[in-house]
Amino acid sequence: MISVRDLQLDEQGRLRHFLTVEGLNSEWLHRIMDTAETFGSVRERQVKKVPLLRGKTVVNLFFETSTRTRTTFELAAKRLSADVLNINVAVSATAKGETLLDTIRNLEAMSVDMFVVRHAGSGAAHFIARHVAPHISVINAGDGRHAHPTQALLDMFTIRRHKPEFGPLKVAIVGDILHSRVARSQIHALKALGVTEVRVVAPRTLLPVAVESLGVKPFCDLDRGLEDVDVIIMLRLQKERMEGALLPSEREYYRCYGLTSKRLAKAKPDVLVMHPGPINRGVEISSAVADGRHSVILEQVGHGIAIRMAVMVLAMRSGQ
Amino acid sequence: MTKLSLLNGRLLDSGDGTSSTSDVFIAEGRVVALRQPPEGFVADQVFDIEGAVVSPGFIDLSVHLREPGFEHKATIASESNAAVKGGVTTLCCSPETAPPCDTPAVIELIREKAELAARSKVIPIGALTQGLQGESLSEMYALKGAGCQVVSNGMRAVANPLIWRRALEYAATYDLLVVVRPMDPWLAGSGTVHEGSVATRLGLPGIPPSAETVAVAQILALVEEIGTRVHFSCLSTCRAAAMIGAARRNGLPVSSDVAAHSLHLTEEAIEGFDPIAHVLPPFRTFADRDGLRQAVADGMIQAICSDHQPHEEDAKADVFAATEPGISGLETLLSLTLDLVDKGRLSLVRALTCLTSGPASVLGIETGRIVVGGVADLCVFDPRANWQVGEQTWISRGRNTPFWGETMRGKVLLTLVNGKVVYRDSDPR
Repeated sequence: MISVRDLQLDEQGRLRHFLTVEGLNSEWLHRIMDTAETFGSVRERQVKKVPLLRGKTVVNLFFETSTRTRTTFELAAKRLSADVLNINVAVSATAKGETLLDTIRNLEAMSVDMFVVRHAGSGAAHFIARHVAPHISVINAGDGRHAHPTQALLDMFTIRRHKPEFGPLKVAIVGDILHSRVARSQIHALKALGVTEVRVVAPRTLLPVAVESLGVKPFCDLDRGLEDVDVIIMLRLQKERMEGALLPSEREYYRCYGLTSKRLAKAKPDVLVMHPGPINRGVEISSAVADGRHSVILEQVGHGIAIRMAVMVLAMRSGQ
Repeated sequence: MTKLSLLNGRLLDSGDGTSSTSDVFIAEGRVVALRQPPEGFVADQVFDIEGAVVSPGFIDLSVHLREPGFEHKATIASESNAAVKGGVTTLCCSPETAPPCDTPAVIELIREKAELAARSKVIPIGALTQGLQGESLSEMYALKGAGCQVVSNGMRAVANPLIWRRALEYAATYDLLVVVRPMDPWLAGSGTVHEGSVATRLGLPGIPPSAETVAVAQILALVEEIGTRVHFSCLSTCRAAAMIGAARRNGLPVSSDVAAHSLHLTEEAIEGFDPIAHVLPPFRTFADRDGLRQAVADGMIQAICSDHQPHEEDAKADVFAATEPGISGLETLLSLTLDLVDKGRLSLVRALTCLTSGPASVLGIETGRIVVGGVADLCVFDPRANWQVGEQTWISRGRNTPFWGETMRGKVLLTLVNGKVVYRDSDPR
């Protein structure tokens, strides 16, 4: 058994790596969001840069392709004046038979300061954090089904901007909970921030066993799951879920779990509609809702940069 | 041949569990007398083992020796050496080698290497299907001709129930024992850990308990029709133990074992994505662990094995799901079993039965008990002595144990195979 807390926070309780939301308390999450607030203005400047990470090298180490997450991490690092290296490992080293550890060792030898890691295997960021040289920080940009902590933080940031406090909120996360690292990180974050009720809504095939052990209320009926909620977070449905008998068809999924204007009416009148993107219109969400007045989907993307800047700065600070 | 005397040891009466101080006299590889030496007996070597327990040598039903094919992990010589340090005098080795043990040539190779190593006795398990592919039958008659008594497909899947049925029928033709590690490959899918709350939190694909119970139910239904002797190895759920126990009470020729580590660890062991706890079948719930302990105590499970799977360091140096499953277990088998005695879960007699006569009767071999005239495969251990799992004490080439660094109770002092000392603890007591 390995202690994750010891891996993520150093002896002084500072952020060494950012691997998961699990184990971070509300104070920590607010500190990250507060830091992100201070970067909100950077995008409005003529010169969109602050010199906090000048002279540092950030490596985007992506073992799984991703446009959005990689781009926002790259922009975040560049706005902090860091040098950025994008490595798409999916098509390079490991494809040639190099082990993950060797890839890490080679990059370490080039005196880099931070790894931003995306990998299809749950626990990949932990594994790298356990094995990197002590001066390097690891930021988890998504590992398997396990965690996507910066995404969860930017979602919390978005909620915080619209809702005065987390305590009284009821939040529904709808869709493929089973395969979603985003949902897991969101659940940890919402629980840590003291949200009263977190619901997960999905057919049984897309709900992990013992999901209640995460402190959430499972629903299979979307209408009931949306009743009276303040925030709805829709998850992307991957096309490959039709294989392996998890779902019969997109049509049936949309019929039962698609977010339409009619269903939205079940929620509170000032409900927020969120989605980590990229959205599948007509599969999990109707265009009317995605583009409607409750939707903050595009706002989320913008917040992604500020949150990633905040996390990078906080993690890099402890290493000095 | 050497004559040995073991003086002042404790012999257990398997009937009432009482122990009495007794001497054991060995000649020509056999126990020739207990308590009083035979007339004119002059020992070449005398061991005063006061206070230590004299037990039949342990019989381990599930061991991977890694040779041939995986010598970078371990060899027959290295692991049979680790075995005798753990008090194991007979072990069954898995057919999952490269090439798989599906021809007499591989059986002979394993046997020769084991004889050369001259440590524990090695019983090679033959492959149930060609190349362990799970599709066509292995040449079981030829394997039997080479001395093989047991066949198995190890952890490899058998394609479908019809192949299972044919394989069980064909094995029954030659009265072979079939060892089954029950795990339905479809239900297990890409899972690597117990499907439960820890897997859900860590986002690791899980293996549901039904992967085991469905596989057990399927084989039991076939055994009911065919009558092949089947031994279920390395159970992880108490439900499967109960199903097999009930079938056994109804007269089916089935038996089962559990790995010692499954009687101790649970799904929590994978916390933090610890690859050392990556094992198949996976560690399950506290209820399963406690249920398995109870099943061992009740006699529903007949044997405790090590499920020894030594690995090189690299095999565990990757992202959790990409690491190789398995634990190096030979050297902790006794201590983990005795710990259950200390915890009051098992009597000492029951614990030792599961390491000796229990597995012996599964295999139908004569060792596993101490009787005058019987083969002198013995293990002398001090149940009170502590030892630390680590660099200084470890022998197996695989250091992949979740107990590394821990202090364990119960130490093997002396191991005898065919009346010959094959291991002697170097630490002065």
